[in-house]
Amino acid sequence: MSEVMTLVLLFIGATFLLLAAVGVVRMPDVFSRMQAATKAATLGAACMLSAVAVYYDDFGVTIRALLVVAFFLLTAPVAAHVIARAAYFIGVPLWEGTVVDELRGRYDPHTHDLSSGAEEVREEENAVREDEGLDSVDG
Amino acid sequence: MNGDEYTLSSAVINIVFAMLIASLVLSFTRLVRGPTLPDRVVALDLIANVVVAVTALYSIATGQHVLLDVAIGIALITFLGTVAFAQYIERRARGDE
Repeated sequence: MSEVMTLVLLFIGATFLLLAAVGVVRMPDVFSRMQAATKAATLGAACMLSAVAVYYDDFGVTIRALLVVAFFLLTAPVAAHVIARAAYFIGVPLWEGTVVDELRGRYDPHTHDLSSGAEEVREEENAVREDEGLDSVDG
Repeated sequence: MNGDEYTLSSAVINIVFAMLIASLVLSFTRLVRGPTLPDRVVALDLIANVVVAVTALYSIATGQHVLLDVAIGIALITFLGTVAFAQYIERRARGDE
């Protein structure tokens, strides 16, 4: 039974990894390639390591396999984020079918600080509040 | 375990090896072709993920559970490499060096 389970998990994991590789080859720009690679490859590797844990049925092996899976789940989003950020900064062209670029003009090109667009709104609100405060003092 | 089951499992393991090698080849084409540097970093990241999976599969195929430690090491080093690559790309964009 555990043998069948191992084989099924191995097959599922390899399928996800193959799909990730196909996505990396076929997707049109860096960002979509990256989202194909990161998520599918993480799930694929996690399935393969779960297969190892099921196959050996040993406490130490299971702990180590779960450790690698947890490490993948923690680090894959971080790695994808830093690559995407770097790619955006060096001006990698987006796919021509991209509908919206939310980050356009939000990044300071020198300091690499990100503004959310809420700064202007907050300044306006502060100005309004100051005006009201002055009014109340005058009243 | 009888003989039939064993041949079935070894056949599935061989098929899974073939699928992993196919994904290695595909991501290697992206590594070679990739028009920009981040493309290549993404391809390297994927290759490292597949290598971890190959290590796990090899540990099942040979019965050596010690190979799982190799997978831990590869996963750690890969993450550091990816973050370092991204740092260098970004620093170059900022013009510090």
